[in-house]
Amino acid sequence: MEHGSLHDPSKATFSFVDEDHTLANAVRFTLNQDPRISFCGYSIPHPSDARVNIRVQTTGDPAKEVLNDACQNLMLMCQHVRSTFDDAVAKFKENNPVEEEAGKPTEMETESDEN
Amino acid sequence: MTNKGSNKEEKKFSIWDLPDVPMGEVPPHLQLQRTRVICNPDAPIHTDNISYSGAYASVGVDNSVQPDKFRHNFKVEVVRLNKDDIEFEMVGIDAAIANAFRRILISELPTMAIEKVLVANNTSIVQDEVLAHRLGLIPIKADPRLFEYLSANDTPNEKNTIVFKLHVRCEQGKPRLKVYSKDLTWLPNGSELIKESEKQESKPSTYTSFSCSQASQPEFSNSPICPTDDEIIIAKLGPGQEIELEAHAVKGVGKTHAKWSPVATAWYRMFPEVVLLEDIEDEMAEELKAKCPVGVFDIEDVGKDKRRAKVARSRACTLCRECIRGEGWDKRVALRRVRDHFIFTIESTGALRPEELFTEAVKILEDKCERVITELS
Repeated sequence: MEHGSLHDPSKATFSFVDEDHTLANAVRFTLNQDPRISFCGYSIPHPSDARVNIRVQTTGDPAKEVLNDACQNLMLMCQHVRSTFDDAVAKFKENNPVEEEAGKPTEMETESDEN
Repeated sequence: MTNKGSNKEEKKFSIWDLPDVPMGEVPPHLQLQRTRVICNPDAPIHTDNISYSGAYASVGVDNSVQPDKFRHNFKVEVVRLNKDDIEFEMVGIDAAIANAFRRILISELPTMAIEKVLVANNTSIVQDEVLAHRLGLIPIKADPRLFEYLSANDTPNEKNTIVFKLHVRCEQGKPRLKVYSKDLTWLPNGSELIKESEKQESKPSTYTSFSCSQASQPEFSNSPICPTDDEIIIAKLGPGQEIELEAHAVKGVGKTHAKWSPVATAWYRMFPEVVLLEDIEDEMAEELKAKCPVGVFDIEDVGKDKRRAKVARSRACTLCRECIRGEGWDKRVALRRVRDHFIFTIESTGALRPEELFTEAVKILEDKCERVITELS
């Protein structure tokens, strides 16, 4: 991961090694949520290189800080997803104490299954 | 409300003075564009997400998803859960993040799979390399979190390798024999094949160097390592044919080879929304009900011998678009997808439980963020 910026810290390209759309697209989304961003986007320069470039341009704050905050936000979101998911699973298990056989799901589920 | 543009003396016209300019809310047609994908008979429209936080600033709406706002809106509900698969609904999350989870599930969650096969004898009609490939694809019931990756110059030991033995023979005069995955026997003490070496006097060494038996570890003493399914056919042997080999399973990720993917599939679909734009009655209602192959519509009696179509099971909609085919039907029925409502399905291959898979996937995305943060500072 290197950091390519010139004299202006508010515009920078970050190059992530060993990453792909998975992280880049999620980070681009969280970056776009930040009001300090004036432009952001990502590209994969070559499909056989495991590398993405993320371009961040801000309205004045250092791009590095904004990217850092975006990652922080994404992490917070993930933590929340995890805890919410665990709660939902616990709730489901509570309501369905005997694990249902794969062969006999409830009426509602069979419908969605077949489709 | 903002009224800065109009000054009493200058009597300048300001658009905000108009009575029907919505402030603090997105106009309905834009709201529809923002929250729904609209499926027209020819192609879906408004498919792209409007993620820029200031996209609706001019009508006083903040389009950003800050963590606290996200926390308030995000919901999960499990629809189905059993040992192999899970189906749950996620509401209030962007496709970028839902897709990251899906991609991680498929290609970045580690599992154990057979990587090296040492063939001592194979007189079956299945060639060694084909046999090795087939063995690689057998899912193995072993928690990958208890193992380490085996790197190029590591010696295989009890922390990074699982060894299986397969020795089957079809005797002369017997019928053809099927070789099943249950015939793979776990060798908790490591390889039993002796390495050939020039120095005859040195102690015979095998292909692994286990310092202790894996069976003595508490995690495996109750649940011995084995393939997740017993009845996978590996090969068929004719009379007189024999297979004797040793298979070494190591930890890896689906990116490297699909055999390490912990899921059979992991996919999501956006929640389908079917809306009747006008009342559809009597024969038309019957026609509509008959059009739909999955039974989305029902007919209700509204009195006075009138019957009206209603949307009963929009979740079942597969977006086949049969209901909006034909003259004028796309003016009566609207097919939409809710942009931030995902029906997520994960089918596990058996190494980990499906709900564990998802939590692990989310953890991996967290780790990725953490890596970026540490690199930046």
